[in-house]
Amino acid sequence: MLILMPAAAIAWKAVLAGTPEQSPNYTMSEHWWGMLIDIPKCIGCGNCVRACATENDVPDGYFRTWVERYHVSDEDMTNPEVISPDGGKEGFPVAAEDDKKYFFVPKMCNHCADSPCTQVCPVGATFISPDGVVLIDQKYCLGCAYCVQACPYGCRYINPQKETAEKCTLCYHRITQGLTTACCEACPTGARQLVDLKDPKDPIHEFLKTHSVEVLKPQMATGAKAFYNGLDGSVR
Amino acid sequence: MSKFKDAGHLFRFAGLFVLLFVVFLVVRHFVVPKSFGKYGHYRADAIGEVAAHPAKFAGHETCEACHSDVADKKGKGKHAHVNCEACHGALVKVLPAPPPPTPNLYERMVALVIKPMPVDPPVLRHAEDPASVVPELPDTTVLCARCHTASAAKPKGFPQVVPADHSNGLACKTCHDPHSPAMDAGGTK
Repeated sequence: MLILMPAAAIAWKAVLAGTPEQSPNYTMSEHWWGMLIDIPKCIGCGNCVRACATENDVPDGYFRTWVERYHVSDEDMTNPEVISPDGGKEGFPVAAEDDKKYFFVPKMCNHCADSPCTQVCPVGATFISPDGVVLIDQKYCLGCAYCVQACPYGCRYINPQKETAEKCTLCYHRITQGLTTACCEACPTGARQLVDLKDPKDPIHEFLKTHSVEVLKPQMATGAKAFYNGLDGSVR
Repeated sequence: MSKFKDAGHLFRFAGLFVLLFVVFLVVRHFVVPKSFGKYGHYRADAIGEVAAHPAKFAGHETCEACHSDVADKKGKGKHAHVNCEACHGALVKVLPAPPPPTPNLYERMVALVIKPMPVDPPVLRHAEDPASVVPELPDTTVLCARCHTASAAKPKGFPQVVPADHSNGLACKTCHDPHSPAMDAGGTK
């Protein structure tokens, strides 16, 4: 109870000592990060899934990003068959394909501006950083998994060794150093692009103006910042 | 005067409240981390801790600093936009991590109960020590098939083959140069 008093926390703001910036040339207030996912470019190679696991020490069987393959039949367009064997890490089976519609959809944390996951945390262990990235305080997290249930996109898991919640950090350790994310670095077709909505020179502004771009589950009003180009209506 | 005649017990009670409030402030001062509430209802130092994770992918700019010949050849070919580590895997560049903030009393108390998380030892690989750590060349039979095996889910314009029919088990690099794979672009071996 002593820790959990937001009003008191705000009142004490003035007396709190400042923390050092995590990178000398990086100012959080100058960025607002998101991701562009260009579905027509995705070839389902699984490079992003493998790169993410390597970069972020993601345990086997858990995913911070994964690729789904949709199979939509003409007769039942609202009930697609979706597969994601081992998160698409080793690609997809091709043997049993028929002549219906198939496509790949990479999934990851949407870094929502109004994220349901951060709202349910009872201890203030998950939050939206001032530059728009949903992060987890590994020292504060109790592993209660409320956030895992709250995420409408299924993007969080409890790390079986640490017993704390984990998720995509948008490679925060990389983007604050001027690098792109590991998944973007490894994507061979440019199907994923890191975007900075506060950067007026970022091509995302032109892209959003000229393309049909959608976010996942817009009806949930999460303020998702993973922008999907060419998203099929059958994607859930 | 008679009004406050029996008010002594009220003052004692008020004094107790003031004392309890001071105790609360003192305990809170030591228990709540210094950076809590700086940006919102969370510990601002956690941002720096997430940012301190070591990077494993060096980034194509790091590779191109030495391998400019490959970058030139690749830049003219079909694989111009495929980054080095998309095929060669993470070649590790450990970025300079900021010094961790000094633990406060609360964090020291937590560390007594919960053992601190293990810190990954710095790994030196090709991007850090190019002379002594040379990465293995990928097997093109497996590597190329990951992207170029024909599938109905892939974009129509993307070059796709059925590997068994196309090369009969021969390694792709027997005919194609992976850095510039088109047969008519001078990329053939």
